[in-house]
Amino acid sequence: MSDKMKDMKTSSASRRTVLVGAGAGAVAAAVPLRRGLAASRIKVGILLPRSGPQAQTGIDCQRGADIAPDVLRAMGYPELEYMLGDTETKVDIARAQAEKLIDAGAHVIVGAFDSGQTMAAAQVCEQRNIPLVVNIAAVPKLTELGYKWVFRSFPTGPMIVGDAFRNQKKLFGMNGATPKSVALLHVNDTFGTSLAGALFALTPKFKMPYKIVEKISYDPYGRDFSAEVRKVKAAKPEALWAVSRLNDAIAITKELVRQRVDLMGILSTGPGWYEDAYLKATGKYGNDVINLAPWIDFKKEMARKMRDAFRNKFPGRNMNTNHGYTFDAMLIVADAFKRAGSTRNTDLQTALQTTNITNNTTIGEGIKFNKKGQVPHVPCAAVQNRDGKPLVVLPEYAAVAKPTWPMRPWTKR
Amino acid sequence: MTSLRLFFDPLAPAGLWLGGAFFLLLLLLPYWGGSYVMTVATTVFYLALIGQSWNLMLGFAGLLSIGHALFVGIGAYTAAYLFAAIGLPPIVGVLPAVGLAVLMGLLIGYLGFRFAIGGVYFALLTIAFAEFVRVMIDHASWLGATEGFFLKVTEADRHSVDLVNLRGTPEMYYYLIMALALGALVLCRYLLHSRLGYYWQAIRDDAEAADALGVDVLRYKMYAVAISAGMAGVAGVFYAFYQNSLFPEIVFNIERSIEATLGSIVGGVGTLFGPIFGTFILTPLGEIVTEAIDLLKHWQVIDPETRLDGLKLLIWGFIVVLIVLFKPRGLWPWVCGRLRLIRTEAES
Amino acid sequence: MDFWTLTNAVASGLLIGLVYGLSALGLSVIFGVIRIVNFAHGEIMVMGMFFALVMFRWLGMDPLLSVPLAAGLMFVFGYVLQRVVVSRVSHLPEHMQFLLLAALAIMIVSALLLIFGPDAQGVEVDYAWESFAFGELIIDYPKMFAAIAAVIVASLLLAFFKYTTTGKAIRACADNRMGAQVVGLNVDRLYALTFGIGAACLGAAGAIILLLFEVHPYLAPGYTLLAFVIVIIGGLGSLFGALVGGILIGVSEAIAAILFQPSMKTAFSFGLLILVLLLRPQGLLGKAAR
Repeated sequence: MSDKMKDMKTSSASRRTVLVGAGAGAVAAAVPLRRGLAASRIKVGILLPRSGPQAQTGIDCQRGADIAPDVLRAMGYPELEYMLGDTETKVDIARAQAEKLIDAGAHVIVGAFDSGQTMAAAQVCEQRNIPLVVNIAAVPKLTELGYKWVFRSFPTGPMIVGDAFRNQKKLFGMNGATPKSVALLHVNDTFGTSLAGALFALTPKFKMPYKIVEKISYDPYGRDFSAEVRKVKAAKPEALWAVSRLNDAIAITKELVRQRVDLMGILSTGPGWYEDAYLKATGKYGNDVINLAPWIDFKKEMARKMRDAFRNKFPGRNMNTNHGYTFDAMLIVADAFKRAGSTRNTDLQTALQTTNITNNTTIGEGIKFNKKGQVPHVPCAAVQNRDGKPLVVLPEYAAVAKPTWPMRPWTKR
Repeated sequence: MTSLRLFFDPLAPAGLWLGGAFFLLLLLLPYWGGSYVMTVATTVFYLALIGQSWNLMLGFAGLLSIGHALFVGIGAYTAAYLFAAIGLPPIVGVLPAVGLAVLMGLLIGYLGFRFAIGGVYFALLTIAFAEFVRVMIDHASWLGATEGFFLKVTEADRHSVDLVNLRGTPEMYYYLIMALALGALVLCRYLLHSRLGYYWQAIRDDAEAADALGVDVLRYKMYAVAISAGMAGVAGVFYAFYQNSLFPEIVFNIERSIEATLGSIVGGVGTLFGPIFGTFILTPLGEIVTEAIDLLKHWQVIDPETRLDGLKLLIWGFIVVLIVLFKPRGLWPWVCGRLRLIRTEAES
Repeated sequence: MDFWTLTNAVASGLLIGLVYGLSALGLSVIFGVIRIVNFAHGEIMVMGMFFALVMFRWLGMDPLLSVPLAAGLMFVFGYVLQRVVVSRVSHLPEHMQFLLLAALAIMIVSALLLIFGPDAQGVEVDYAWESFAFGELIIDYPKMFAAIAAVIVASLLLAFFKYTTTGKAIRACADNRMGAQVVGLNVDRLYALTFGIGAACLGAAGAIILLLFEVHPYLAPGYTLLAFVIVIIGGLGSLFGALVGGILIGVSEAIAAILFQPSMKTAFSFGLLILVLLLRPQGLLGKAAR
């Protein structure tokens, strides 16, 4: 039995709960008997969508958290004990679960992948003065509303797009193939709209060599993408810029191949195009896609340690953004706790504000929050799907492979 | 409809005591419950308010709505937009918010009546409208589209009690929604006692007979629809200023509409206390199941490492099925009968 | 928008619409006879998809070959469900039936999540990436095979209701339950058969759809809504109407996607639904006046 398991057991023992039944209505709720522990370990409440439509990504994020306590201990960080909260992919449940975790003694909350649920958790954390370390959520507003207890090392939509432009220019320069026209195909959800908005706002500033010849948005609940891809084909773009979830990314790829849409390349700003299930479902046709996304830098020591632990625990799975950023969130907590030496909220807050981690797992110089609680510049990578594995091709300092650009035509694979 | 009469009959002594004790417990909840319990209780009252509104439409106008999230969402977006755009405080903003929700309710209700669309067909009409509006707001960039619409909250706001701007502590929100939910209950009770209530019952019992007697069926049905949509609109205003972030995919989701119906159906459709009672059963039920699973893991009955995501809802769904099969008139009438909470000779 | 773009979209919408139509048939059959709206529609179909997935993973079976098996399995499921659970609520008001089936739907989704996990999974058949062209018109094999399979299953079903004794008896039940009882038909058994047949339709549709899209537990509500739209447009209870409604929705969504933003296309379906409800509430091919 691993140490983490022992931790979990202690945790549930200390969390023994009483059921309070009252009257005919029988309001019953869990009330923790004991709050907090000595400062030898910190309790982290991990809030993620573990069921509901986002369960797949929520559980994937959890994998990054699962390996964190052991790896961090080995790297000299203090003990992390975690408690799980399931948002069921609903904001009101996210809110209640954040309260529940705090009531049960969580000193800090990590989560919650989705922008809406993270917003709900942020309300609670602000109210209760408990730090919220965001693993993933790109909505810019989260760190623009004057919150004092919210810390995010994940890039916002505009940052992702800005870096995508930079990496694209490098990519086109390296291989001498520059598309003159690009079609944008994006899912009409919070993330997709935010990226599409940033894309149009930033295009003039970056003086990109191409024109956006078509902008197509589709419903996140869409099933059949033949008409969407037809529209792409009709616009005759040289490259496709896609923002898709998982199932739509798979379906769009199939349609692109079957409708024989020849492209110089597919540029995606995530999040479906690099997931394991995508790579598995698309096989050779999923190769050569360039993902312009926040990513793991395997040249960093911490990232390699994380990868070793990950391979041990989840053999056969590729690592992606979900794992890196959730792990980093745990790292941020452990680091702040180590420096604060206490689990008191204000001590943790002060420590978080002065965070300066360079040996993290994701690409960039490291983690340093500004006054808003946001890491001001989070560089993104260009990650190319190669033989069913996402490999970093840009920036150079994190690259493990040279990009293939333009991509190989569908018929020559 | 005898069951309607039954439940606004005065409470029996047992009911008075139990109800009073329960009410006191809820009133003091912030002092014994902790934040989590209070958040859950806030959600319960919020759902009870929407449930009451939904119940009014089905129980009194005979219209089955599975698109109630539409009225809630319209209320939420209207008040939030007016607050953000021109600084209109929600205490005033609630008027246009309710107004728009009522208009939408009247439109759907009128169409349903005019074209004789009843039962499931009406239910599907409400779903269609809700989905239609969702997609429209998905594309309304002035409402934040899918990126979401946000309201600013300052640190000072969180520790104040400002009912004009709906800014304040969790306790304030809790007491506010409690007052709204109980207010809705009182309003429904009052309405049932009024002339309107008797017309509603007459129409429900036999619409054709009522019509023959000169009751303007359309008009009274529309009153029920308007009041129902308006109540949902009020709930929406609360939601907007409680959550401070609105996403069309979340606000107008059909799941929200289904949620609105569950408490009422489990409690007992057409009864006054049903919605609030049913919600007070269902929401904590989910929590109890979660705790029970945790305990089983703790006692090593289940391997603690097993991931049981989804088990909670599986058990929850099973219990709801049992309720439908064995207490199809709802739990409230049954509990009332068993505990003699209501002063009445016959147990309907 | 040029001619070929539209033609391609329409062709694809037509093929997919046939598959949607088959799934909607399952809803229509059950409503037409038992007068119950199956709010667990999508969930039962997703069960069929998972079954076909298991057959593929286990025996390497093409989903099209698992169609009869999926139909058979779901038939049994539907039969038992009607006998044991749904029959008990047939006398209850509509909202109780709705609650029962919605709760069953939640149970099915949760059970699927427990068994299969949340990951999207699919099958890898040889022809998944293939298409053929007539000039500018490109048609892909999976969609074409799926549409053909859907037409075959739907035809079998229509033939069953038209020519077999049991089929005729079920139709008699639908037209006049009392009358059917009077002439000595075992209505309870026929109802169970009907629910079974409706569920079998969904099992078949699920296996077929697995050829086109990945499956995961939370796919279901979307398909339930879609089937509602189709069935109302075609006429609740009209079998042929369900197919026509499927094609209509498939094609009109494709056209809407081409002419407007694809993210608006569901608004068109729902707009169409509202129009049909208002102008012709019995559906395009429905006959019964309510």
